[in-house]
Formats: sequence, C-alpha cells, structure tokens
Amino acid sequence: MPNTQDLENICTQVRRDILRMVHKVNSGHPGGSLGCTEFLVALYYTIMERKDQFDMDGLGEDIFFLSNGHISPLFYSVLARNGYFPIEELNTFRLIDSRLQGHPTTHEGLPGVRIASGSLGQGMSVAIGAAQAKKLNNDPHLIYSLHGDGELQEGQNWEAMMYAAANQVDNLIATVDLNGQQIDGATDDVLPMGNLKDKFEAFGWSVTVIEEGNSIEAILEGMAEAKSKTGEGKPVCVLLKTVMGHGVDFMMHTHAWHGKAPNDEQLAIGLAQNPETLGDY
Amino acid sequence: MKTYTYTEKKDTRSGFGAGLAELGRTHPNVVALCADLVGSLKMNTFINENPKRFFQVGVAEANMMGIAAGLTIGGKIPFTGTFANFSTGRVYDQIRQSIAYSGKNVKICASHAGLTLGEDGATHQILEDIGLMKMLPGMVVINPCDYNQTKAATIAIADHVGPVYLRFGRPSVPIFTPADQKFEIGKAIRFTEGNDVTIVATGHLVWEALEASKVLHEKGISAEVINIHTIKPLDEQAILDSVRKTGCIVTCEEHNILGGLGESVARTLALSHPTPQEFVATNDTFGESGTPAQLMKKYGLDSEAIISKVETVIKRK
Repeated sequence: MPNTQDLENICTQVRRDILRMVHKVNSGHPGGSLGCTEFLVALYYTIMERKDQFDMDGLGEDIFFLSNGHISPLFYSVLARNGYFPIEELNTFRLIDSRLQGHPTTHEGLPGVRIASGSLGQGMSVAIGAAQAKKLNNDPHLIYSLHGDGELQEGQNWEAMMYAAANQVDNLIATVDLNGQQIDGATDDVLPMGNLKDKFEAFGWSVTVIEEGNSIEAILEGMAEAKSKTGEGKPVCVLLKTVMGHGVDFMMHTHAWHGKAPNDEQLAIGLAQNPETLGDY
Repeated sequence: MKTYTYTEKKDTRSGFGAGLAELGRTHPNVVALCADLVGSLKMNTFINENPKRFFQVGVAEANMMGIAAGLTIGGKIPFTGTFANFSTGRVYDQIRQSIAYSGKNVKICASHAGLTLGEDGATHQILEDIGLMKMLPGMVVINPCDYNQTKAATIAIADHVGPVYLRFGRPSVPIFTPADQKFEIGKAIRFTEGNDVTIVATGHLVWEALEASKVLHEKGISAEVINIHTIKPLDEQAILDSVRKTGCIVTCEEHNILGGLGESVARTLALSHPTPQEFVATNDTFGESGTPAQLMKKYGLDSEAIISKVETVIKRK
C-alpha cells in the first residue's frame, strides 16, 4: 500500500495530467479537478477495495460514482493510472471519436465508468440504487460517491437524502466537495445553502467533516472515520473542505478556473509547480 | 371478414400488475419501484410476495429513476411504476442521462396514459409521452392494446436487455387477445385482412379500429387492421407490405398528432412508399376533465372518428 509521500507524488502527476489534458483542447474543468485530486487519489489507491478487472456490476468490490461529472480530467487520470485503460488515451480527452468524452459516460465503453454524469444532481440517487443492489446481493462492500457543493442546489439530492436515511442505506459514503465556488461565483453569493452539516444531520445522515480536504493524511483519517460509521443504520456524508485549483497557485481560491483552460504560458507555470513524478502520458 | 368479440373488459394497468406478479415468481433479479401509486399501478401482489424486492420512494420520481439506474449496477432489473406524465416529462433528464445514455436496463412502466384517465384532467393526461420517449436513442416504446397483451408485454420486456417504456391505461377496455400469447417486441399483429385501407392502431384504439372495420365492412370497405404495439422499433415491413396492397392508411393513437405513432409511420412511408395517410390522434392540444368515453368522442379518438378518417383517406387514393 502506498505511503503518504507516495500518494503525494501521485497527486503531483495527476495534476500535470489535468493541466495538460485541458490545455491541449482548450476546454474542460481544471479548478474542481485539482481541488479533489488528493481525495480521488486516496480513494482509488488506498481506501477502496477494488478488483483488478473492471466489470459493470462491481460485485465483490467497492464502487465509486462521480456525480459532478465535469471534473472528468481528474477521474480519467486516476482511472488510467490505476490501469483501467492505457495512460496514452488521456491524449484523446474531448477529441472526436474518443472514449474520454467531455463528461464521463458508459456510452463509449470506457472501463471504470458506471454511469453518465454531467447533468448535475443525479449521482446520489444512482449511488443509493447501487447500494441497495449490494444489499440485495449480500455484498458487504461499500458505495462511494462525490458531489459538488453547488450541485446540492439541485432538488433531486434532497429527495435522495430523505430516501437514503428512511431506508437505512448505511453502505453509502457520499462526499461533498465543499470548495465554496460555482460557475457564477462563491456559493454564498449565488445561492447560500446554509449549514450543510446541520442539513445532512437533520435529514438523518451521519456526517464527518474533513477540514483539510487537500491533505492526504486528513483525508485518510476522515475517510476511516466515515467508514467506521457505515453499517449502523444511517447513510454517511463526508463534507470535504477543499481549495478549488489546489496545487496551481494562480488557480486557487477563485471560481475563475471552474471551466477554463490555461494558455501555453500558464500551463508552463502550472507544470513547474508540479514536477513530473510518475512520467507524463 | 374475421370479426372480434369480447366477453370481459379490464384495465390494462391490471395486466401490468399481473405480469409483474408473475415476474416476481420467475425472475429473481426483477425489482420494482413506485412513487406513491402502488394501488393505481396494481403492484400489490408483487410487493406482498417480494417485499425485499420492492422500493417505495414516495412522491419523488426523479430520485426513483436514479435509484432504478443504480439498481442495474449489480444485475437487478428494475421496473418503475407511476403515471405516464410523471414517468416521462417530469423526469426526462434523469431518464435521458442516467438511464438511456447510460444504457441501463430499466423498465419504465407508465399507467394512466392519455386522455382516458378521465376526470383528473389535463395536469395528469399526458399526450406527449410517446414522442418524448421514442426520441431517446436506444429506448424501446410499447403501448399494448388490452389486459392480456399488457401482461404478456410486461413479462417479455424483462428479457430484453436495455431501457423500455411501457405505456398503459386506467379505463376498463375489451379483452380480445389470447391469454396465452407470446409477446414479440417490434412485431406487428394483423387482426383483419383487407384490400381498401390499412388501419394501424396502438393501445386500446386497436379495439376501436376493429369496431370501425365492422361498420366499414357493411359499407363495402375492406379494412386491414394492424396492431402496432411497439412504436419503437417500428415494424416497418408490416406497414409497407399492407399499404402496397391497400394504397392508403389511417393511424390511430391516444396521443398528440405531433410525435406519436402516426409520425413514425409517415416517416416510414415518406422514405419507402409515399402513401395517403390520415391521423386519428389529438390535435396539438391539452386534454380536460370528463369520462373516458366523452373524451374519446370529443377529441376524435373513437371508432366513429376512425370511420370518418378512412372515408377521407380512400378519396385521396
């Protein structure tokens, strides 16, 4: 199992992948991708129990769903570097005839993806369904999901939250990326959502807050706590406080890089801040 | 001329309930979901016999569609149940992304389709659902004609891998197809042979078409009545074979003239064999409160309307 330094090194490489992918096609969403890098790397390299070969049903392994599909560059990089498909395929991101569509999809048969996402607010319901299928199959493995904070403005999430608690879907750990930013600005300016911890708890969920959502150690500790709360009759929520654009200084603490790619000069600066560790694709 | 009679009337939604109950016994991976309309969808037998395979989601159709998509991951075959309006328009994007685009094996089962749910009025009477669903790539669209066919269709779609929209209704309508039929998705059924006009119908309008054909026969018009229970994929060959013989066609459906069966038939004819066509359908309008029979008459969907369209289309040959 990789140690903390190994995971940090992987994150540095994944950041390079993200920057290079969105730069090449001058489109995509680097801000949220960079902010969730530590989380997804920790999840795939350490936290989840996964089988070597991908199959859609995912029986006998933990399953992850990305609900905020626009952070596809991060998802693709982590999937490729975990061997789900060739790393070189990252070169095809958002190009015609690619399996790496702008937002993740099962439609092109890309291993590692189990649901299309991009139109926001749908992933929690899907994760709940998969969690209930696990229970019907007597499969003790867990369902993990990731959601944006702005995404919680979609009402379907609240239907799903009510349902998951009422039906004791306690094999689900839904993580919310609390970066406080969305396309039009800070979430507190666009549509303040109040105290999300109180809201999840009021809906009957167990909540773990990870204050340092860009710290590998804090993520491992927080997710271990979240995992310890599963199987106790309540769905589990992780509120992951991250910095959008983390690891590239000029992209941090702003919504400006939500859906904008760096130019040549900006790419060079970003890559210099994230030296190659595993080898570029 | 072959004529059809019936001894019993029954609602097609009860055919769905009976089919689902049978699937509960034969298909261990079939699960069912409902958004607070268990009684209306006749799902009680399945639920009583398979309580752990039933998911009551409350009045939350968007969540229901997402959960159904998720349940397929792990090999389940989910059947969702609610009214046609709440099965389609209300949750179009959830169906589009999480089910159709994701290629999930979900069966969207929709009761109370069309005008004939009656007194509840236009808020509940969707006349656009066939169009909405047939436009989704990969979606199969089925509208059976009576209780027996609905039961057979419900059972058949469990073995079809991929998303299906199954549409049925509230009112009691004649049972005139066999109880032991095998349902073949995409395969038209010819009820009567005729030489003067082809009448293609879906849903309970097949019965209206058969009633019309009796009157037409007395008037010396020989009508070929074809049941198109599967609107997508459409049995184009059956339609083309018939119109090559009759030279004109009337399409009949409890749906808007825009986007329904009639348009699918028109496209087929335009591409392969341009033929005079008349449409029995609602004319780009919402419905209203009333009894099913009143609504069928007022909106021109009954056998009288079919006879009138046949007389019109024959003159256009």
